[in-house]
Amino acid sequence: MIKIQNLTVKIADREVLSNINLEIKKGQVMALLGPNGSGKTSLIMAIMGFSDYKITSGDIIFKGKRINNASVDERARMGIGAMFQRPPTIRGVKTRQVVDLIKQENFSTDKAAEELNLKEFLGRDINSGFSGGEIKRSELLQLLAGSPSLSLFDEPESGVDMENIVLVGKMMNRILRKNKDNAALIITHTGYIFDYVKPDRGCILVGSKLHCAGNPKSILTTIKKHGYQWCITCEGERLKDKSHKTSR
Amino acid sequence: MVHNMRRGKIKRQEPQNKQIDIASYNKDASPKAYVQNLSGMSSAQKKTMLSAGVDASGKGRSGTYLQMDHSVVHSNSLFAGLEVMSTTQALKKHEWLDNYFWKAVNPQADEFTAQAHTKPNHGYFIRALPGAKVVFPLQACLFITQNNIMQTVHNIIIVEEGSDLQVITGCATAEDVSRGLHIGISEFYVKKNARLTFTMVHNWAEDVSVRPRTAAIVEEGATFLSNYICLKPVKNLQMYPKAELTGRGAIARYNSILFAHPGSHLDVGSKVILKAKDSKAEIVARAISAGGEIIARGYLKADVAPVKAHLECRGLMLKESGKIYAIPELEGNTAGVDLSHEAAVGKIAKEEIEYLMARGMTQGAAQAAIVRGFLDTSIMGLPDELNKQINKAIEACEKEAF
Ligand SMILES: Nc1ncnc2c1ncn2[C@@H]1O[C@H](COP(=O)(O)OP(=O)(O)O)[C@@H](O)[C@H]1O
Ligand SMILES: [Mg+2]
Repeated sequence: MIKIQNLTVKIADREVLSNINLEIKKGQVMALLGPNGSGKTSLIMAIMGFSDYKITSGDIIFKGKRINNASVDERARMGIGAMFQRPPTIRGVKTRQVVDLIKQENFSTDKAAEELNLKEFLGRDINSGFSGGEIKRSELLQLLAGSPSLSLFDEPESGVDMENIVLVGKMMNRILRKNKDNAALIITHTGYIFDYVKPDRGCILVGSKLHCAGNPKSILTTIKKHGYQWCITCEGERLKDKSHKTSR
Repeated sequence: MVHNMRRGKIKRQEPQNKQIDIASYNKDASPKAYVQNLSGMSSAQKKTMLSAGVDASGKGRSGTYLQMDHSVVHSNSLFAGLEVMSTTQALKKHEWLDNYFWKAVNPQADEFTAQAHTKPNHGYFIRALPGAKVVFPLQACLFITQNNIMQTVHNIIIVEEGSDLQVITGCATAEDVSRGLHIGISEFYVKKNARLTFTMVHNWAEDVSVRPRTAAIVEEGATFLSNYICLKPVKNLQMYPKAELTGRGAIARYNSILFAHPGSHLDVGSKVILKAKDSKAEIVARAISAGGEIIARGYLKADVAPVKAHLECRGLMLKESGKIYAIPELEGNTAGVDLSHEAAVGKIAKEEIEYLMARGMTQGAAQAAIVRGFLDTSIMGLPDELNKQINKAIEACEKEAF
């Protein structure tokens, strides 16, 4: 589905992603773990093509096409969708208006909003005064409406209460299962969401570098035991025998 | 804000007018025939009127006043408690009307006002009788159809005690008119416990200069809601309408939506003088420059306490060129007043555009949605039906603006 090759990304003059290699295959769900500030969100923004995130080297290949120079909307129309961590408030632009503008045929805005407990948010300015959990659900509503083939979920469970995490998981699965080839990248640092959405593989981003790829469960266990610091020195090699495989 | 410090006294200055050579316009216009049935007007004229919020079909309206150049072309009221006619005719009908002429506006305020004082050409007289609740809005249209003329009108609206009235005025120029001068004197009297919602849509041409001179006197327990929309090119518009809150608990609210095309100069503000206890005021302005200049003024003056008033101006710069100059002024003259303001001028945030693009909208569609949101009329707190009409007018203008 997507292949990221030797990708280096800068914001202003600061390198936030260094020489990243990552592949997500058709139908695959990839977990991305990493401490705060390691560049996880930057990776999503770079894949989506946000202009502050400048690719200084490397390639992003989506569905066999190099998309480095594609505009944000072109990428979206090719099938990439993101659940953003900190979406902007747009004054006067109603949630319903956005959903109606982007939805696929046969999508019922009202029905989906009802399922996501967002009915009364449809008439509100998008993201204006939304709580953490409300932002997640509103982002999911927009993803459901657009139905991407590659979904990039940025910390889907953070700020979501116990009750709503079930709902968030259910909707993520719905987006994924619309087509058997649909793939996803799920960013998390708690792994709670894995109780609802099962990742096939996992990788770790620390200090702008991607460290290893392998079984998401055992990566999570290792991190819980040794902390992220350990990954910096590990370079994937030491984990090799413990079911981790290097991505290089 | 221009203040002169003289012997320790602060003297406030009114905006300086851009020079206009009044003599370069024709004072006279050919007479236009009275039209019994507005649906018989040309479709081009109907379209122009509609983009200024005036519907020639008269559907959903309580009455219509239409003036072309210096001629009253149509005037009717479909509601028993509502009087609609020209001020000329009204002066003949009501002896007492003299008491309302030049009581809110000073005839010597400037050369334009003086011009209208010396040589008025009708204007509308609208009066809601005591207790009348006029459900549908009344529409009035001041239309310039002849090139290079100077239209000078004097309008009076009286909303008698306990009555409720909505007025939509559209001022426009016919398609083939490029140059002109419009001077409009408007005096509004909102009596005790009455309510006036006055909405004005301007739809001028590139070389038309406009000088409205408007003042309202709002009595005890009365509400004056004024909405102003100008999205079309205009050479040079300067207005600074004023409301005086003279009775306890009186309320005034001004909303303005301004759009400056390249070459347009808009100097628009709203003024409220709070003269009575418990009176309240709010001034809200949204200004967009697509290359033109906007001076967005606001002035709140509190002479007694307790009173509360707020002023808000947001400006959006769409192009590299252009100017938005926000000048909020607050003047408290006694303790216990609560006056505040906020002003912000900026461009569309890139992250907002890209956020919508990340959903698949083109850059143009994203930008249009954001600008449309910026012009959100729901902030005006209008009745549903009126809000729909205004949105229609905005859409009609937008089509050409973007
Ligand atoms: N718009 C920005 N301008 C400057 N620095 C940024 C910006 N966005 C992110 N960064 C910096 O880039 C680094 C990576 O951030 P981010 O990708 O948000 O990390 P994560 O999502 O892993 O917490 C951080 O040090 C952060 O401060
Ligand atoms: Mg992040």
